[in-house]
Amino acid sequence: MIELSHIEKVYDGPDGPVTALRNIDISIDRGEIFGIIGLSGAGKSTLIRCINLLERPTGGRVVVDGQDLTAMPPSELRKARKKIGMIFQHFNLLSSATVYENVAFPLRLDNMPENEVREKVEKLLHLVSLDDKTNQYPSQLSGGQKQRVGIARALASEPQVLLCDEATSALDPQTTKAILALIRDINRELGLTVVVVTHEMNVIKDICDRVAVIENGVITEMGPVLEVFTKPQRPMTKEFISVVMSNELPVAFRDQEISPTPFPGSKLLVRLTFLGESADEPVIAGLIRQYPVEVSILYGNIDHIKDTPYGRLLVGIEGTPEAVEQAMAYLRARDLEIEVIGYVR
Amino acid sequence: MSAEMVDLLLKALGETIRMVVVSMIAATIAGVPLGVLLVTTARGQILECLPLNRVLAGIVNAVRSVPFIILMVAIIPFTRLVAGTSIGTTAAMVPLTIASIPLIGRQVETALKEVPYGLVEAALALGATPMQIIRRVYVPEAMPGIIAQLTTVVITLVGESAMAGAIGGGGLGDLAIRYGYQRFRPEVMLATILVLIILVQLIQFAGNRLAKQLNKK
Repeated sequence: MIELSHIEKVYDGPDGPVTALRNIDISIDRGEIFGIIGLSGAGKSTLIRCINLLERPTGGRVVVDGQDLTAMPPSELRKARKKIGMIFQHFNLLSSATVYENVAFPLRLDNMPENEVREKVEKLLHLVSLDDKTNQYPSQLSGGQKQRVGIARALASEPQVLLCDEATSALDPQTTKAILALIRDINRELGLTVVVVTHEMNVIKDICDRVAVIENGVITEMGPVLEVFTKPQRPMTKEFISVVMSNELPVAFRDQEISPTPFPGSKLLVRLTFLGESADEPVIAGLIRQYPVEVSILYGNIDHIKDTPYGRLLVGIEGTPEAVEQAMAYLRARDLEIEVIGYVR
Repeated sequence: MSAEMVDLLLKALGETIRMVVVSMIAATIAGVPLGVLLVTTARGQILECLPLNRVLAGIVNAVRSVPFIILMVAIIPFTRLVAGTSIGTTAAMVPLTIASIPLIGRQVETALKEVPYGLVEAALALGATPMQIIRRVYVPEAMPGIIAQLTTVVITLVGESAMAGAIGGGGLGDLAIRYGYQRFRPEVMLATILVLIILVQLIQFAGNRLAKQLNKK
Protein backbone atom coordinates (compact mmCIF):
# COMPACT_ATOMS: atom_id res chain seq x y z
CA MET A 1 0.00 0.00 0.00
CA ILE A 2 2.81 2.39 0.90
CA GLU A 3 6.25 2.00 -0.63
CA LEU A 4 9.03 4.25 0.55
CA SER A 5 12.21 3.64 -1.39
CA HIS A 6 15.58 5.24 -0.70
CA ILE A 7 14.03 8.21 1.04
CA GLU A 8 16.53 10.97 1.79
CA LYS A 9 15.84 14.30 3.42
CA VAL A 10 18.53 16.93 3.68
CA TYR A 11 17.82 20.35 5.18
CA ASP A 12 19.82 23.52 4.74
CA GLY A 13 20.91 24.21 8.28
CA PRO A 14 22.75 27.29 9.51
CA ASP A 15 25.98 25.26 9.55
CA GLY A 16 25.57 23.55 6.22
CA PRO A 17 23.28 20.72 5.16
CA VAL A 18 21.70 18.52 7.83
CA THR A 19 20.64 15.00 6.94
CA ALA A 20 17.32 14.21 8.60
CA LEU A 21 16.60 10.92 6.83
CA ARG A 22 19.01 8.56 5.17
CA ASN A 23 18.21 5.79 2.71
CA ILE A 24 14.90 4.70 4.16
CA ASP A 25 13.13 1.72 2.65
CA ILE A 26 9.79 0.72 4.09
CA SER A 27 6.99 -1.26 2.56
CA ILE A 28 3.67 -1.13 4.37
CA ASP A 29 0.94 -3.63 3.54
CA ARG A 30 -2.72 -2.87 2.99
CA GLY A 31 -4.73 -3.02 6.22
CA GLU A 32 -1.66 -3.09 8.41
CA ILE A 33 -0.95 -0.88 11.43
CA PHE A 34 2.67 0.14 11.11
CA GLY A 35 4.53 1.88 13.90
CA ILE A 36 7.55 4.13 13.70
CA ILE A 37 9.25 4.79 17.02
CA GLY A 38 12.17 7.02 17.86
CA LEU A 39 13.37 9.70 20.21
CA SER A 40 12.51 13.30 19.46
CA GLY A 41 14.74 14.56 16.70
CA ALA A 42 15.31 11.09 15.30
CA GLY A 43 13.40 12.01 12.15
CA LYS A 44 10.21 10.05 12.72
CA SER A 45 7.87 13.01 12.20
CA THR A 46 9.78 14.04 9.09
CA LEU A 47 9.42 10.50 7.81
CA ILE A 48 5.64 10.27 8.26
CA ARG A 49 5.25 13.71 6.67
CA CYS A 50 7.15 12.43 3.67
CA ILE A 51 4.35 9.94 3.05
CA ASN A 52 1.87 12.68 2.08
CA LEU A 53 4.65 15.00 0.97
CA LEU A 54 4.03 17.66 3.61
CA GLU A 55 7.81 17.29 3.60
CA ARG A 56 9.17 16.67 0.17
CA PRO A 57 12.04 14.18 0.39
CA THR A 58 15.24 15.34 -1.30
CA GLY A 59 15.72 11.86 -2.70
CA GLY A 60 13.81 8.65 -3.22
CA ARG A 61 10.27 7.73 -4.14
CA VAL A 62 6.97 7.65 -2.29
CA VAL A 63 4.39 5.34 -3.80
CA VAL A 64 0.95 5.13 -2.20
CA ASP A 65 -1.63 2.76 -3.62
CA GLY A 66 0.40 2.31 -6.77
CA GLN A 67 0.75 6.04 -7.44
CA ASP A 68 4.12 7.75 -7.32
CA LEU A 69 3.39 10.90 -5.29
CA THR A 70 6.88 12.28 -5.78
CA ALA A 71 6.33 12.51 -9.54
CA MET A 72 2.92 14.22 -9.44
CA PRO A 73 2.04 17.77 -10.43
CA PRO A 74 0.42 19.80 -7.58
CA SER A 75 -3.19 19.27 -8.65
CA GLU A 76 -2.76 15.48 -8.85
CA LEU A 77 -0.98 15.49 -5.52
CA ARG A 78 -3.92 17.32 -3.91
CA LYS A 79 -6.25 14.66 -5.23
CA ALA A 80 -4.00 11.88 -3.93
CA ARG A 81 -3.76 13.56 -0.52
CA LYS A 82 -7.51 13.32 -0.08
CA LYS A 83 -7.02 9.57 0.07
CA ILE A 84 -4.45 9.92 2.85
CA GLY A 85 -5.94 11.11 6.12
CA MET A 86 -3.74 12.59 8.81
CA ILE A 87 -4.08 13.38 12.50
CA PHE A 88 -1.71 15.47 14.55
CA GLN A 89 -0.30 15.78 18.04
CA HIS A 90 -1.88 19.21 18.50
CA PHE A 91 -5.05 18.28 16.61
CA ASN A 92 -4.81 21.32 14.29
CA LEU A 93 -8.53 22.08 14.32
CA LEU A 94 -9.89 25.42 13.14
CA SER A 95 -10.61 27.38 16.31
CA SER A 96 -13.08 29.61 14.49
CA ALA A 97 -15.17 26.68 13.28
CA THR A 98 -17.52 24.36 15.16
CA VAL A 99 -16.99 20.61 15.43
CA TYR A 100 -19.44 20.19 12.57
CA GLU A 101 -17.66 22.73 10.36
CA ASN A 102 -14.28 21.19 11.09
CA VAL A 103 -15.42 17.77 9.95
CA ALA A 104 -17.24 19.31 6.97
CA PHE A 105 -14.07 21.19 5.94
CA PRO A 106 -12.62 18.56 3.57
CA LEU A 107 -16.05 17.88 2.06
CA ARG A 108 -16.70 21.54 1.35
CA LEU A 109 -13.33 21.80 -0.40
CA ASP A 110 -14.89 19.65 -3.09
CA ASN A 111 -18.12 21.65 -3.10
CA MET A 112 -20.18 18.71 -1.93
CA PRO A 113 -23.90 19.66 -1.69
CA GLU A 114 -24.77 20.74 1.83
CA ASN A 115 -27.37 18.01 2.44
CA GLU A 116 -24.79 15.33 1.60
CA VAL A 117 -22.26 17.08 3.81
CA ARG A 118 -24.71 17.02 6.69
CA GLU A 119 -25.46 13.34 6.28
CA LYS A 120 -21.79 12.43 6.11
CA VAL A 121 -20.68 14.62 9.00
CA GLU A 122 -23.39 13.21 11.23
CA LYS A 123 -22.30 9.69 10.41
CA LEU A 124 -18.66 10.51 11.14
CA LEU A 125 -19.46 12.25 14.42
CA HIS A 126 -21.44 9.22 15.42
CA LEU A 127 -18.50 6.96 14.56
CA VAL A 128 -16.23 8.92 16.90
CA SER A 129 -18.98 9.26 19.56
CA LEU A 130 -19.31 13.03 19.39
CA ASP A 131 -22.94 13.30 18.30
CA ASP A 132 -23.68 15.68 21.16
CA LYS A 133 -20.83 18.11 20.43
CA THR A 134 -21.83 19.09 16.90
CA ASN A 135 -22.15 22.81 17.49
CA GLN A 136 -19.40 23.31 20.04
CA TYR A 137 -16.12 25.02 19.30
CA PRO A 138 -12.82 23.16 19.76
CA SER A 139 -11.93 25.35 22.75
CA GLN A 140 -14.90 23.80 24.59
CA LEU A 141 -13.61 20.25 24.11
CA SER A 142 -11.14 18.07 26.01
CA GLY A 143 -7.97 16.83 24.33
CA GLY A 144 -9.44 13.42 23.62
CA GLN A 145 -12.56 14.95 22.10
CA LYS A 146 -10.44 17.24 19.93
CA GLN A 147 -8.52 14.25 18.62
CA ARG A 148 -11.82 12.52 17.85
CA VAL A 149 -12.80 15.52 15.77
CA GLY A 150 -9.39 15.25 14.08
CA ILE A 151 -10.06 11.60 13.29
CA ALA A 152 -13.54 12.33 11.94
CA ARG A 153 -12.11 15.07 9.74
CA ALA A 154 -9.34 12.79 8.50
CA LEU A 155 -11.87 10.10 7.59
CA ALA A 156 -14.29 12.44 5.82
CA SER A 157 -12.90 11.97 2.33
CA GLU A 158 -12.82 8.19 2.81
CA PRO A 159 -9.07 7.75 2.75
CA GLN A 160 -7.32 4.41 2.44
CA VAL A 161 -4.45 5.46 4.65
CA LEU A 162 -4.44 7.17 8.04
CA LEU A 163 -1.24 8.85 9.20
CA CYS A 164 -0.98 9.47 12.95
CA ASP A 165 1.76 11.95 13.83
CA GLU A 166 2.23 11.63 17.61
CA ALA A 167 -1.55 11.58 17.79
CA THR A 168 -1.70 10.56 21.44
CA SER A 169 1.40 12.31 22.74
CA ALA A 170 -0.56 15.25 24.14
CA LEU A 171 -3.14 13.04 25.84
CA ASP A 172 -3.30 11.43 29.28
CA PRO A 173 -2.95 7.63 29.55
CA GLN A 174 -6.69 6.85 29.76
CA THR A 175 -7.53 9.08 26.82
CA THR A 176 -4.61 7.58 24.90
CA LYS A 177 -6.09 4.13 25.41
CA ALA A 178 -9.49 5.24 24.18
CA ILE A 179 -8.08 6.94 21.09
CA LEU A 180 -5.89 3.91 20.28
CA ALA A 181 -8.93 1.66 20.62
CA LEU A 182 -10.78 3.92 18.20
CA ILE A 183 -7.91 3.82 15.69
CA ARG A 184 -7.86 0.05 15.96
CA ASP A 185 -11.60 -0.22 15.39
CA ILE A 186 -11.34 2.00 12.35
CA ASN A 187 -8.48 -0.10 11.03
CA ARG A 188 -10.59 -3.23 11.38
CA GLU A 189 -13.94 -1.93 10.25
CA LEU A 190 -12.81 0.22 7.36
CA GLY A 191 -9.74 -1.80 6.42
CA LEU A 192 -7.63 1.33 6.64
CA THR A 193 -3.87 1.15 6.46
CA VAL A 194 -2.53 3.03 9.48
CA VAL A 195 0.92 4.51 10.06
CA VAL A 196 1.66 5.57 13.61
CA VAL A 197 4.59 7.72 14.69
CA THR A 198 5.28 7.83 18.40
CA HIS A 199 7.90 7.91 21.11
CA GLU A 200 5.74 5.76 23.39
CA MET A 201 6.36 2.03 23.26
CA ASN A 202 2.91 1.47 24.75
CA VAL A 203 1.30 2.75 21.58
CA ILE A 204 3.34 0.34 19.47
CA LYS A 205 2.59 -2.53 21.84
CA ASP A 206 -1.15 -1.88 21.91
CA ILE A 207 -2.01 -1.51 18.25
CA CYS A 208 0.86 -2.10 15.82
CA ASP A 209 1.50 -5.14 13.68
CA ARG A 210 4.98 -4.13 12.63
CA VAL A 211 7.39 -1.54 13.92
CA ALA A 212 10.41 0.33 12.64
CA VAL A 213 12.88 1.87 15.07
CA ILE A 214 14.47 5.07 13.79
CA GLU A 215 17.72 6.50 15.14
CA ASN A 216 19.39 9.62 13.74
CA GLY A 217 17.45 9.39 10.51
CA VAL A 218 18.20 5.73 9.88
CA ILE A 219 15.98 2.69 10.39
CA THR A 220 17.94 0.49 12.76
CA GLU A 221 15.44 -2.24 13.36
CA MET A 222 12.23 -3.31 11.69
CA GLY A 223 9.92 -6.28 11.95
CA PRO A 224 6.79 -7.71 13.54
CA VAL A 225 6.21 -6.08 16.92
CA LEU A 226 6.35 -9.44 18.70
CA GLU A 227 9.75 -10.20 17.27
CA VAL A 228 11.25 -6.80 17.94
CA PHE A 229 9.89 -6.95 21.49
CA THR A 230 11.24 -10.35 22.30
CA LYS A 231 14.54 -10.15 20.41
CA PRO A 232 15.60 -6.53 20.35
CA GLN A 233 18.98 -6.09 18.70
CA ARG A 234 19.99 -2.52 19.45
CA PRO A 235 20.52 -0.86 22.84
CA MET A 236 18.05 1.89 21.85
CA THR A 237 15.35 -0.66 21.09
CA LYS A 238 16.00 -2.40 24.39
CA GLU A 239 15.64 0.90 26.15
CA PHE A 240 12.30 1.60 24.50
CA ILE A 241 11.08 -1.84 25.41
CA SER A 242 12.24 -1.55 29.00
CA VAL A 243 9.64 1.18 29.44
CA VAL A 244 6.83 -1.33 28.95
CA MET A 245 8.68 -4.43 30.11
CA SER A 246 10.95 -3.80 33.05
CA ASN A 247 14.29 -5.56 32.86
CA GLU A 248 15.37 -4.43 36.25
CA LEU A 249 16.08 -6.97 38.92
CA PRO A 250 14.07 -6.96 42.14
CA VAL A 251 15.60 -4.67 44.77
CA ALA A 252 16.96 -7.57 46.84
CA PHE A 253 19.40 -8.58 44.08
CA ARG A 254 20.37 -5.21 42.76
CA ASP A 255 23.32 -4.60 45.06
CA GLN A 256 24.55 -8.18 45.00
CA GLU A 257 27.37 -9.42 42.94
CA ILE A 258 26.15 -11.72 40.20
CA SER A 259 28.45 -14.64 39.66
CA PRO A 260 28.70 -16.41 36.31
CA THR A 261 29.48 -19.70 38.11
CA PRO A 262 27.62 -21.55 40.85
CA PHE A 263 28.82 -21.45 44.45
CA PRO A 264 27.53 -23.19 47.58
CA GLY A 265 24.05 -21.99 48.46
CA SER A 266 23.63 -20.03 45.22
CA LYS A 267 20.58 -19.91 42.98
CA LEU A 268 20.46 -19.29 39.27
CA LEU A 269 18.43 -16.27 38.16
CA VAL A 270 16.63 -16.87 34.89
CA ARG A 271 14.18 -14.65 33.04
CA LEU A 272 11.54 -16.54 31.08
CA THR A 273 9.30 -15.02 28.43
CA PHE A 274 6.19 -16.90 27.39
CA LEU A 275 4.58 -16.00 24.12
CA GLY A 276 1.19 -16.84 22.71
CA GLU A 277 0.48 -20.58 23.04
CA SER A 278 3.45 -21.29 25.28
CA ALA A 279 1.87 -19.05 27.88
CA ASP A 280 -0.62 -21.86 28.56
CA GLU A 281 2.00 -24.55 29.29
CA PRO A 282 2.58 -25.46 32.96
CA VAL A 283 6.35 -25.07 32.65
CA ILE A 284 7.19 -24.30 36.27
CA ALA A 285 5.08 -27.19 37.58
CA GLY A 286 6.87 -29.57 35.20
CA LEU A 287 10.23 -28.26 36.35
CA ILE A 288 9.59 -28.88 40.02
CA ARG A 289 7.98 -32.24 39.49
CA GLN A 290 10.74 -33.70 37.32
CA TYR A 291 13.94 -32.32 38.84
CA PRO A 292 15.23 -32.00 42.39
CA VAL A 293 15.28 -28.20 42.33
CA GLU A 294 13.62 -25.41 44.28
CA VAL A 295 12.04 -22.76 42.10
CA SER A 296 11.13 -19.37 43.51
CA ILE A 297 9.20 -16.83 41.48
CA LEU A 298 10.77 -13.42 42.07
CA TYR A 299 8.84 -11.30 39.60
CA GLY A 300 6.15 -11.91 37.05
CA ASN A 301 3.63 -10.18 34.81
CA ILE A 302 1.26 -10.99 32.01
CA ASP A 303 0.38 -8.57 29.21
CA HIS A 304 -0.60 -8.40 25.57
CA ILE A 305 1.29 -7.31 22.49
CA LYS A 306 -1.56 -6.32 20.25
CA ASP A 307 -3.60 -9.54 20.59
CA THR A 308 -0.87 -11.96 21.59
CA PRO A 309 -0.61 -12.74 25.29
CA TYR A 310 2.84 -12.86 26.77
CA GLY A 311 4.10 -13.48 30.27
CA ARG A 312 7.40 -12.77 31.89
CA LEU A 313 8.83 -14.49 34.95
CA LEU A 314 11.99 -13.99 36.85
CA VAL A 315 12.75 -17.23 38.70
CA GLY A 316 15.51 -18.44 40.98
CA ILE A 317 16.51 -22.11 40.57
CA GLU A 318 18.25 -23.71 43.50
CA GLY A 319 19.79 -27.23 43.66
CA THR A 320 22.94 -29.19 42.94
CA PRO A 321 24.83 -27.95 39.89
CA GLU A 322 23.78 -31.08 37.99
CA ALA A 323 20.11 -30.66 38.86
CA VAL A 324 20.20 -26.99 37.82
CA GLU A 325 21.89 -27.99 34.60
CA GLN A 326 19.13 -30.52 33.87
CA ALA A 327 16.44 -28.05 34.76
CA MET A 328 17.92 -25.57 32.28
CA ALA A 329 18.01 -28.23 29.59
CA TYR A 330 14.32 -28.87 30.26
CA LEU A 331 13.52 -25.16 29.94
CA ARG A 332 15.52 -24.80 26.74
CA ALA A 333 13.53 -27.62 25.19
CA ARG A 334 10.30 -25.65 25.77
CA ASP A 335 8.97 -22.95 23.48
CA LEU A 336 10.20 -19.98 25.52
CA GLU A 337 12.64 -17.13 25.49
CA ILE A 338 15.27 -17.71 28.16
CA GLU A 339 17.73 -15.20 29.51
CA VAL A 340 20.24 -16.47 32.07
CA ILE A 341 21.26 -13.69 34.42
CA GLY A 342 23.67 -15.47 36.79
CA TYR A 343 24.08 -16.92 40.24
CA VAL A 344 23.19 -14.97 43.35
CA ARG A 345 22.96 -15.74 47.00
CA MET B 1 -21.30 77.88 21.80
CA SER B 2 -23.21 79.44 18.96
CA ALA B 3 -25.45 77.63 16.52
CA GLU B 4 -22.96 78.59 13.83
CA MET B 5 -20.25 76.74 15.69
CA VAL B 6 -22.39 73.64 16.06
CA ASP B 7 -22.99 73.71 12.33
CA LEU B 8 -19.28 74.03 11.65
CA LEU B 9 -18.52 71.14 14.00
CA LEU B 10 -21.13 68.90 12.43
CA LYS B 11 -19.91 69.71 8.94
CA ALA B 12 -16.30 69.02 9.93
CA LEU B 13 -17.30 65.78 11.64
CA GLY B 14 -19.10 64.73 8.49
CA GLU B 15 -16.02 65.46 6.40
CA THR B 16 -13.76 63.53 8.75
CA ILE B 17 -16.07 60.53 8.75
CA ARG B 18 -16.36 60.63 4.98
CA MET B 19 -12.58 60.75 4.53
CA VAL B 20 -11.95 58.00 7.04
CA VAL B 21 -14.70 55.67 5.82
CA VAL B 22 -13.95 55.96 2.11
CA SER B 23 -10.16 55.73 2.55
CA MET B 24 -10.54 52.83 4.94
CA ILE B 25 -12.72 50.86 2.54
CA ALA B 26 -10.42 51.51 -0.40
CA ALA B 27 -7.29 50.75 1.61
CA THR B 28 -8.77 47.55 3.03
CA ILE B 29 -9.62 46.28 -0.43
CA ALA B 30 -5.97 46.62 -1.42
CA GLY B 31 -4.34 46.15 1.97
CA VAL B 32 -5.84 42.81 2.98
CA PRO B 33 -4.63 41.00 -0.16
CA LEU B 34 -1.27 42.71 0.32
CA GLY B 35 -1.05 41.32 3.87
CA VAL B 36 -2.08 37.89 2.65
CA LEU B 37 0.64 37.99 -0.01
CA LEU B 38 3.25 39.18 2.48
CA VAL B 39 2.59 36.05 4.54
CA THR B 40 1.94 33.45 1.87
CA THR B 41 4.84 34.29 -0.45
CA ALA B 42 7.41 34.01 2.36
CA ARG B 43 9.84 31.09 2.61
CA GLY B 44 8.25 27.70 3.17
CA GLN B 45 4.77 29.15 2.63
CA ILE B 46 1.92 27.99 0.42
CA LEU B 47 2.66 30.49 -2.36
CA GLU B 48 6.40 30.81 -1.74
CA CYS B 49 7.86 33.42 -4.07
CA LEU B 50 10.76 35.22 -2.48
CA PRO B 51 11.34 37.87 -5.19
CA LEU B 52 7.71 39.02 -4.96
CA ASN B 53 7.86 38.91 -1.19
CA ARG B 54 10.94 41.13 -1.14
CA VAL B 55 9.52 43.62 -3.63
CA LEU B 56 6.24 43.93 -1.68
CA ALA B 57 8.07 44.31 1.63
CA GLY B 58 10.31 46.95 0.04
CA ILE B 59 7.36 48.99 -1.26
CA VAL B 60 5.57 48.72 2.08
CA ASN B 61 8.61 49.96 3.95
CA ALA B 62 9.21 52.76 1.47
CA VAL B 63 5.68 54.14 1.69
CA ARG B 64 5.60 53.77 5.45
CA SER B 65 8.82 55.69 5.89
CA VAL B 66 7.35 58.86 4.36
CA PRO B 67 5.55 61.04 6.95
CA PHE B 68 1.93 61.51 5.96
CA ILE B 69 2.04 65.27 5.51
CA ILE B 70 4.94 64.87 3.06
CA LEU B 71 3.35 61.95 1.25
CA MET B 72 0.20 64.00 0.78
CA VAL B 73 2.08 66.80 -0.96
CA ALA B 74 4.48 64.53 -2.82
CA ILE B 75 1.76 62.59 -4.62
CA ILE B 76 -0.32 65.59 -5.66
CA PRO B 77 0.08 64.79 -9.41
CA PHE B 78 -1.21 61.27 -8.76
CA THR B 79 -4.05 62.65 -6.64
CA ARG B 80 -5.06 64.97 -9.47
CA LEU B 81 -5.05 62.02 -11.83
CA VAL B 82 -7.30 59.94 -9.61
CA ALA B 83 -9.61 62.52 -8.02
CA GLY B 84 -9.52 65.11 -10.81
CA THR B 85 -8.44 67.73 -8.29
CA SER B 86 -5.69 68.13 -5.75
CA ILE B 87 -7.66 70.03 -3.13
CA GLY B 88 -10.73 69.29 -1.05
CA THR B 89 -12.10 66.37 0.92
CA THR B 90 -12.23 63.99 -2.03
CA ALA B 91 -8.66 64.75 -2.99
CA ALA B 92 -7.54 64.11 0.59
CA MET B 93 -8.88 60.56 0.37
CA VAL B 94 -6.24 59.60 -2.18
CA PRO B 95 -3.15 60.11 0.02
CA LEU B 96 -5.07 58.77 3.03
CA THR B 97 -5.74 55.58 1.10
CA ILE B 98 -2.19 55.29 -0.23
CA ALA B 99 -0.73 55.74 3.25
CA SER B 100 -3.09 53.17 4.78
CA ILE B 101 -2.57 50.34 2.29
CA PRO B 102 0.92 49.36 3.49
CA LEU B 103 -0.11 49.91 7.08
CA ILE B 104 -3.05 47.53 6.67
CA GLY B 105 -0.79 45.13 4.79
CA ARG B 106 1.61 44.94 7.73
CA GLN B 107 -1.19 44.72 10.29
CA VAL B 108 -2.94 41.92 8.40
CA GLU B 109 0.41 40.18 8.02
CA THR B 110 0.88 40.31 11.80
CA ALA B 111 -2.60 38.91 12.38
CA LEU B 112 -2.15 36.09 9.85
CA LYS B 113 1.18 35.09 11.34
CA GLU B 114 -0.66 34.29 14.55
CA VAL B 115 -2.42 31.43 12.80
CA PRO B 116 -0.52 28.24 13.75
CA TYR B 117 1.15 26.72 10.71
CA GLY B 118 -0.20 23.35 11.84
CA LEU B 119 -3.64 24.43 10.62
CA VAL B 120 -2.23 25.17 7.20
CA GLU B 121 -0.55 21.76 7.15
CA ALA B 122 -3.77 20.05 8.17
CA ALA B 123 -5.53 21.76 5.26
CA LEU B 124 -2.71 20.82 2.88
CA ALA B 125 -2.96 17.22 4.05
CA LEU B 126 -6.68 17.35 3.23
CA GLY B 127 -5.89 18.43 -0.31
CA ALA B 128 -6.79 22.12 -0.06
CA THR B 129 -5.52 24.55 -2.72
CA PRO B 130 -3.59 27.67 -1.68
CA MET B 131 -6.66 29.83 -2.37
CA GLN B 132 -8.84 27.54 -0.25
CA ILE B 133 -6.31 27.74 2.56
CA ILE B 134 -6.34 31.54 2.42
CA ARG B 135 -10.13 31.77 2.31
CA ARG B 136 -11.05 28.95 4.67
CA VAL B 137 -8.12 28.82 7.08
CA TYR B 138 -6.05 31.99 7.22
CA VAL B 139 -8.73 34.64 6.97
CA PRO B 140 -11.38 33.13 9.27
CA GLU B 141 -8.80 32.04 11.85
CA ALA B 142 -7.13 35.45 11.89
CA MET B 143 -10.39 37.44 11.74
CA PRO B 144 -10.44 38.58 15.39
CA GLY B 145 -6.82 39.72 15.02
CA ILE B 146 -7.52 41.41 11.68
CA ILE B 147 -10.46 43.33 13.17
CA ALA B 148 -8.35 44.45 16.12
CA GLN B 149 -5.58 45.60 13.80
CA LEU B 150 -7.97 47.36 11.41
CA THR B 151 -9.44 49.24 14.36
CA THR B 152 -6.01 50.68 15.01
CA VAL B 153 -5.74 51.69 11.37
CA VAL B 154 -9.10 53.51 11.50
CA ILE B 155 -7.88 55.48 14.49
CA THR B 156 -4.63 56.29 12.72
CA LEU B 157 -6.72 57.52 9.79
CA VAL B 158 -8.71 59.84 12.04
CA GLY B 159 -5.39 61.34 13.10
CA GLU B 160 -3.99 61.60 9.59
CA SER B 161 -7.20 63.11 8.26
CA ALA B 162 -6.56 66.05 10.55
CA MET B 163 -3.63 66.95 8.32
CA ALA B 164 -5.86 66.98 5.28
CA GLY B 165 -6.59 70.58 6.11
CA ALA B 166 -3.25 71.37 4.51
CA ILE B 167 -4.73 70.62 1.10
CA GLY B 168 -8.15 72.02 1.89
CA GLY B 169 -9.60 68.69 2.87
CA GLY B 170 -11.60 70.05 5.76
CA GLY B 171 -12.54 67.88 8.70
CA LEU B 172 -12.18 68.24 12.44
CA GLY B 173 -8.41 68.77 12.46
CA ASP B 174 -8.73 71.54 9.95
CA LEU B 175 -11.46 73.19 12.01
CA ALA B 176 -9.35 73.07 15.15
CA ILE B 177 -6.37 74.66 13.41
CA ARG B 178 -8.26 77.37 11.54
CA TYR B 179 -10.75 78.40 14.20
CA GLY B 180 -9.20 77.20 17.41
CA TYR B 181 -5.60 78.15 16.73
CA GLN B 182 -5.44 80.79 14.01
CA ARG B 183 -8.55 82.71 15.17
CA PHE B 184 -7.80 82.34 18.88
CA ARG B 185 -11.01 80.54 19.77
CA PRO B 186 -10.03 78.06 22.46
CA GLU B 187 -13.63 76.88 22.90
CA VAL B 188 -13.61 75.60 19.30
CA MET B 189 -10.31 73.84 19.91
CA LEU B 190 -11.72 72.22 23.03
CA ALA B 191 -14.95 71.18 21.33
CA THR B 192 -13.08 69.57 18.41
CA ILE B 193 -10.78 67.71 20.74
CA LEU B 194 -13.77 66.43 22.67
CA VAL B 195 -15.49 65.26 19.49
CA LEU B 196 -12.29 63.53 18.37
CA ILE B 197 -11.90 61.77 21.71
CA ILE B 198 -15.47 60.54 21.63
CA LEU B 199 -15.10 59.43 18.02
CA VAL B 200 -11.95 57.43 18.73
CA GLN B 201 -13.48 55.87 21.83
CA LEU B 202 -16.49 54.74 19.83
CA ILE B 203 -14.30 53.22 17.10
CA GLN B 204 -12.17 51.34 19.63
CA PHE B 205 -15.24 50.13 21.50
CA ALA B 206 -16.90 48.84 18.34
CA GLY B 207 -13.66 47.19 17.17
CA ASN B 208 -13.04 45.45 20.49
CA ARG B 209 -16.55 44.20 20.62
CA LEU B 210 -16.52 42.78 17.13
CA ALA B 211 -13.14 41.13 17.66
CA LYS B 212 -14.32 39.58 20.88
CA GLN B 213 -17.48 38.28 19.27
CA LEU B 214 -15.50 36.59 16.51
CA ASN B 215 -12.94 35.06 18.83
CA LYS B 216 -13.87 31.45 19.62
CA LYS B 217 -10.57 30.54 21.21
